[in-house]
Amino acid sequence: MNIAVAIDQIPQDELPSASEAGPAPKRIVVAYGFWIFLLSDIIMFAALFASYAVLVRSTAGGPTGAQLFNQTTVAIETACLLVSSYTCGLMSLAINSRRYLRTYLGALITLVLGAMFLSLEIREFLGMIAIGAAPQRSAFLSAFFTLVGCHGLHVALGLIWLVVMMVQVAVFGFAARVQHRLLCFSLFWHALDIVWVGVFTVVYLMGVSS
Amino acid sequence: MHASAPSELLVYTIGLFVAVLLTATSFWAANTTLLWPGGVFLGLAVLAIAQMGIHLVFFLHITSGPESTNNVLALAFGVLIVIVVIAGTMWIVADMNTNMMMPSGAPMSMRMQH
Amino acid sequence: MNLLGKLDWNAIPLHEPIIMGATGFMVLVVVVVLGFITAKGAWLYLWHEWLTSVDHKRIGAMYCILALVMMLRGFSDAIMIRSQQALAAGGAQGYLPPEHFNQIFSAHGTIMILFMAMPFVVGLMNFAVPLQLGVRDVAFPTLNSVSFWLTASGALLVNISLAVGEFSKATWWGYPPLSEMQYSPGVGVDYYLWSLQISGIGTLLAGINFVTTILKLRAPGMSYMRMPVFCWTALAANLLIVAAFPVLTATLAMLALDRYLGFHFFSLEGQGNQMLYSNLFWVWGHPEVYILILPAFGVFSEVMATFSGKPLFGYRSMVAATMTICILSFLVWLHHFFTMGASANVNGFFGVMSMIIALPTGAKVFNWLFTMYGGRVRFSVPVLWSIGFMVTFVIGGMTGVLLAVPPADFQLHNSVFLVAHFHNVAIGGVVFGVMAGYNYWFPKAFGFKLDERWGKASFWCWLVGFYVAFMPLYVLGLMGMTRRMQHYDNLSWQPWLIAAAFGTAIILVGVVCQVVQLVVSIRNREELRDVTGDPWNGRTLEWATASPPPAWNFAFQPKVAGLDAFWSSKSRAQATKDEPTPTRKYEPVEMPKNSATGFVTAFFAVVIGFALIWHIWWLAIVGVFGAFMTLLAFSFRRHNEIEVPAEEVARFVRSHQAGVAA
Repeated sequence: MNIAVAIDQIPQDELPSASEAGPAPKRIVVAYGFWIFLLSDIIMFAALFASYAVLVRSTAGGPTGAQLFNQTTVAIETACLLVSSYTCGLMSLAINSRRYLRTYLGALITLVLGAMFLSLEIREFLGMIAIGAAPQRSAFLSAFFTLVGCHGLHVALGLIWLVVMMVQVAVFGFAARVQHRLLCFSLFWHALDIVWVGVFTVVYLMGVSS
Repeated sequence: MHASAPSELLVYTIGLFVAVLLTATSFWAANTTLLWPGGVFLGLAVLAIAQMGIHLVFFLHITSGPESTNNVLALAFGVLIVIVVIAGTMWIVADMNTNMMMPSGAPMSMRMQH
Repeated sequence: MNLLGKLDWNAIPLHEPIIMGATGFMVLVVVVVLGFITAKGAWLYLWHEWLTSVDHKRIGAMYCILALVMMLRGFSDAIMIRSQQALAAGGAQGYLPPEHFNQIFSAHGTIMILFMAMPFVVGLMNFAVPLQLGVRDVAFPTLNSVSFWLTASGALLVNISLAVGEFSKATWWGYPPLSEMQYSPGVGVDYYLWSLQISGIGTLLAGINFVTTILKLRAPGMSYMRMPVFCWTALAANLLIVAAFPVLTATLAMLALDRYLGFHFFSLEGQGNQMLYSNLFWVWGHPEVYILILPAFGVFSEVMATFSGKPLFGYRSMVAATMTICILSFLVWLHHFFTMGASANVNGFFGVMSMIIALPTGAKVFNWLFTMYGGRVRFSVPVLWSIGFMVTFVIGGMTGVLLAVPPADFQLHNSVFLVAHFHNVAIGGVVFGVMAGYNYWFPKAFGFKLDERWGKASFWCWLVGFYVAFMPLYVLGLMGMTRRMQHYDNLSWQPWLIAAAFGTAIILVGVVCQVVQLVVSIRNREELRDVTGDPWNGRTLEWATASPPPAWNFAFQPKVAGLDAFWSSKSRAQATKDEPTPTRKYEPVEMPKNSATGFVTAFFAVVIGFALIWHIWWLAIVGVFGAFMTLLAFSFRRHNEIEVPAEEVARFVRSHQAGVAA
């Protein structure tokens, strides 16, 4: 008795629904896996946000957010990330229509905007450390540097990833797996923007308005 | 998937436009004196959630269509966990701080409990 | 600046005869194993067929081997704890000094939960889930290999701590301020931090992999309500991994920042908040309990249905109960720190939520009972473990409901009553579950059954040993004995602790029986050979292929029309026996290519972990660079797939059929 054959011969009367269609194509699988990763990443940020919310008033006599934060810097940072999200979207469109020049251009602008964001953030951090508002000063500052720094670390990793991807586009062209990875990158970049919405609202705007 | 390029461009552009609008409103709300203090928090929270939704729909292309059912379900699960973690932590620690007579931000109170 | 950070010759505890003896034994075992491999000339085979394998069955088997090895390590810690407490009463001090005893119970908890139970459960899921879903591999095979090797790296770091430096003395949950630099200046907590962090990332990646596999890769026709229950429990467990492990990562990262850079998350200075650590740790810690027990529930469901020869009773309620537990397990974490000072409102809420979890769990127990009812139950080894589980777990569950009542918890917390409770559910639930799964799927993985007699002996020793070892702890807890005591003055406790130590000795006999069972089975493998691929008259798709399955699992993509797909296809084949089997055209199969990425990345992860533990900063940078270059090299690999020719697939099927016919 050949079991494999027996299983194969099951009559398929009704039309298969989405959940019965069998293994999904690679592109869907990769994007879904990355989506799950992003959710786990956002839950990690949730733990950092929760810590920040708990420790925000634990300044140990040190400076508070209202005394430290500069809204203009935050506004420029936000603009950088927001526009880079848009250019990242334009890059995805260029990839879908397989245009090299537009892809590189989109990636370049995204890269420059991301780097601008990072340099502004590093400048802000260094300025705070210079006036004694280092993470070792108080629990509030520990939580602040960790939450915002973790987002910044993600942006930095994203930039490295983008550079690697552009090299891969140059080497492999728009091969299927390169496209899958670029799809994941754009998901990653947009998700970082969502986290930043939380950061500038909870940390900076609520911080200065209270 | 096979929609024409200009309409997808339009989606991103609308997304950017709305996101910029919401961000600008947030910055305005944080600095305005028109709202009562609690209202500022409430307004900022609502604006942030709205903007996250905009990003999800216009940039991450989350739809209510059948092909993204799994994505939406996973997202709902993730949002539930995020809310549970943040709200639960804040509730528990705030409650412990009051109950242990140790308001954060002030030196430990010497009042006796009970 | 010292090039080797904090590392010097004093790191090796030469003056501690017990530690050096254990280290010597460990080194001896490693040398013997390595020598054996060299003598057999098996290095190339090992490298190509196992270490670089991305086959989910091989990776699953390696997870289980890792778990079995770490179980021996964790169990020797248990023997030391129990014997010390049996001896060190009144004037006697026992044979373990306090600082060593503290390391032992910390290592015992860490190892048993994260390096024994976790790898075992993940290993069983790795092995069985793709087969049960009727697919060729998991969603991301190379990532799967990375996950495994990162878990193994964490385990390796824990074992290195035995020989070089020390392990944490701050328990397996590492509460600050004790775990802060100020009170634990040694490297023990750092070993704990980095071994958990590295293996935690591995587990998280495995979770992502399995959620994607179960939701996106199923045989045609396998809708959600046709998935085997083990797949459902695996889905729930992996959703919990994906949701809970990031919280652990963040929490441990915060503790690391406190220790390494002087941050003030949980410290006493700078208005840090120690409660925040307890809170976040258990946000992960409670779902972790269900990550372990849910797949065990899945194993029992499969075993009960198979060996009763009946469909599982109440499949739908089983699925509903599993998913309910999945959500509820995220709403109970405060019951781990009822006594930390929350108000009655908060304690009451979490107490009630904890009790509610007993309802879906109770529904499951009734389902298993009704599955057996009216069936022809074959009392094979997996069934014995399952029945032992049902009795034991119900007792553990009831003491759990007792502990979920905050006023009762105020009396019982931090006593050995609690120790008895969680060993009651962890051994009676998880260990019995993985043992049932091990005996159940072993013939599928290796092509021969495990010896029944030694398996039964092992089960009875474990069961009896468990009751003798832990029932006294319930009594001692009610008598007021607290946890983690290296020495005590109350002589009325000693008889109970001697009884508990005696129970541990009975479990030791059970463990020895398990080892003997494996050796005897390998020796008698020809008599125990399973040529049909279906030794238990199984119901789900993993039994539809040969034992051991070929790398491609199924020659043809199975199609599914209902629950218990293999069972119904067998019944159908029975009905149409006389019809000739139509000839099939075999097609080439595309399989993922082996990759050393996982192994090499994990090597660098060990380097990074070791360097950070000993503050060897340059080496940490080298490690990060190495890991990055490894992943980069993998991403530039041109061909990730290898094609198995149709002729090879056909040849395998023919030889398997010839074996079945003979």
